[in-house]
Amino acid sequence: MLAEVRKLLTTRLWWILLLVMAGYVAFLGGVLGFAITTDPGGNADVVLPAGADAATTVYSVVNGAGYVFPLIIGSLMMTTEFRHKTVTESLLVEPRRSVFLGAKLLVAVPVGLVFGLVAVLAVVAAGSPLLAARGDGAFLGDGDVLASLLLAAVVIAVWAVIGVAFGSLVTNQVAAIVIILAFTQFVEPIARTVGGAVDALAPVAQYLPGAAADAVIGASFFSGFGGGSVDLLPRWAGLLVLIGYAVVLAALARVTTLRRDLL
Amino acid sequence: MTTYDGPPIVVEGLRKTFGPVVAVDDLTFTVRPGAVTGFLGPNGAGKTTTLRMLLGLTTPTAGRTLVGDRPYAAHPVPARTVGAALEASSFHPGRTGLGHLEVYAGQVGASKTRCRELLDLVGMTEAADRRVQGYSMGMRQRLGLATALLGDPPAVVLDEPANGLDPEGIVWMRHLLRHFAEEGRTVLVSSHVLGEVQSTVDDVVVIARGGRLVHASSLADLAALADADTYVVAPDGAALRRLGEQRGWTVEAEGPGFRVPSVPSAEIGRAAHEAGVELHQLATRGADLEKVFLRLTADQGQQAAPGEHPGVAA
Ligand SMILES: Nc1ncnc2c1ncn2[C@@H]1O[C@H](COP(=O)(O)OP(=O)(O)OP(=O)(O)O)[C@@H](O)[C@H]1O
Ligand SMILES: [Mg+2]
Repeated sequence: MLAEVRKLLTTRLWWILLLVMAGYVAFLGGVLGFAITTDPGGNADVVLPAGADAATTVYSVVNGAGYVFPLIIGSLMMTTEFRHKTVTESLLVEPRRSVFLGAKLLVAVPVGLVFGLVAVLAVVAAGSPLLAARGDGAFLGDGDVLASLLLAAVVIAVWAVIGVAFGSLVTNQVAAIVIILAFTQFVEPIARTVGGAVDALAPVAQYLPGAAADAVIGASFFSGFGGGSVDLLPRWAGLLVLIGYAVVLAALARVTTLRRDLL
Repeated sequence: MTTYDGPPIVVEGLRKTFGPVVAVDDLTFTVRPGAVTGFLGPNGAGKTTTLRMLLGLTTPTAGRTLVGDRPYAAHPVPARTVGAALEASSFHPGRTGLGHLEVYAGQVGASKTRCRELLDLVGMTEAADRRVQGYSMGMRQRLGLATALLGDPPAVVLDEPANGLDPEGIVWMRHLLRHFAEEGRTVLVSSHVLGEVQSTVDDVVVIARGGRLVHASSLADLAALADADTYVVAPDGAALRRLGEQRGWTVEAEGPGFRVPSVPSAEIGRAAHEAGVELHQLATRGADLEKVFLRLTADQGQQAAPGEHPGVAA
């Protein structure tokens, strides 16, 4: 366990990613905070969320746009071992491969929480002044808004765990990053947009990992601007679905990649 | 001197195939504690594959390996029983040498002080806080050795430890390995050059391509397989040649004298004395172990060095 923390902290990557994530989320929080508090004018089709909904929607970029970062840092925790072949030394020290994988999955939780908390602070720092000055308020004292912020940090932690599980399945570092980027930036947004537009697909779209994560924090980009057209699962179900992804990926990795001879 | 109770290392009927390639074939040998055992074979003979199976990194197709009474991975803290450094040990380039050791130290029960001490031991004091990225091949080799020693193990398994070391480093490594054996540890080192380990090892295990065992014995027994040559200087060369003809020796001119392959010096001395042939020099040429090694490991019908006779059984 401690070894896994050391592995991460003795490299520079984690804080570079952390900084980029904070900057990115703050930037989007600012843009969204600006957009949401701007009068749409004559365009009546656009129904902007107001009040606390506006605040949660802005803050939800932590998950909606930021989840690619914990996924990447999580996947790197495993794929770096394969890229630099340190997996050999790691398995000499801990030959029980389930324990080796389990330690990484567990350590991803605090790592993800740190990423989540930093992202939440970044989005609040950037978004709340705009909401307070131009909109209906920052709602930082509102119980629901606070819960959603805290859950956003929790969701980021689960994303990091999913990242480890995914990186264990796809151990090629470049391949893992390309797939994560393709999935989070193209596949899932398109699938969710289609799911929002075609009623028959809506129930399926709820189970996409991004949608499940949105369900946990109770707000999303997609529902925020689409007038709530995407149905979300209940909170608990969203969390279960998300954890389910981590469990299934980790189990698959354990019986495939991690069972093979390691080069 | 600290003494260790080195576990014997046992390889039994070990086999590994990669698709059609037979990397290790029905390999059986034992490594005893308190000695340095050289695990020898040409490139691609299956040394690394065997060691990886021994260390639980690769699953054998058949057979098993034991360290003491159980397989490597079945030891509670395996790295405290066997310290291993595999071929071209791999490190995260962004970590420092010390950082690398510290990552694994906790699991092995080594303190930060021990990490420093080990870096001192392998002559890496200066480079301890530099990133591995900038390390030379020899420095990586040394860091790999330090990693292997983290758990102060009673058995040490090193894959080609001399690779990349300078002559001074090789001498240092030789002394270190000898010292380990004297402490009672089990020491197994692989190499593809016999000469490299000749003055270090007590025992040898030789495999040929395809991972077949071709020889396992003490170094002395291996040396007995080598035909010693005798070098003779005689003022009356023609007389010596005549004597050689009578006795069935090959007498080849070399420098100021003659080389008589595969005939012990005592036999030549006696014959020359009886025949009244004057000799000015009579010397045994050191057994050429490298030749024996080449002969043992030569592929049947191919790769035999010129002038060698392949297929001579061990
Ligand atoms: N993962 C693998 N997949 C396929 N073939 C392999 C694999 N690992 C090793 N081999 C093959 O097994 C044989 C033995 O290789 P190995 O690395 O054990 O040799 P070696 O004795 O260590 O050689 P060297 O002296 O060059 O280090 C070679 O033919 C090699 O090509
Ligand atoms: Mg090798």
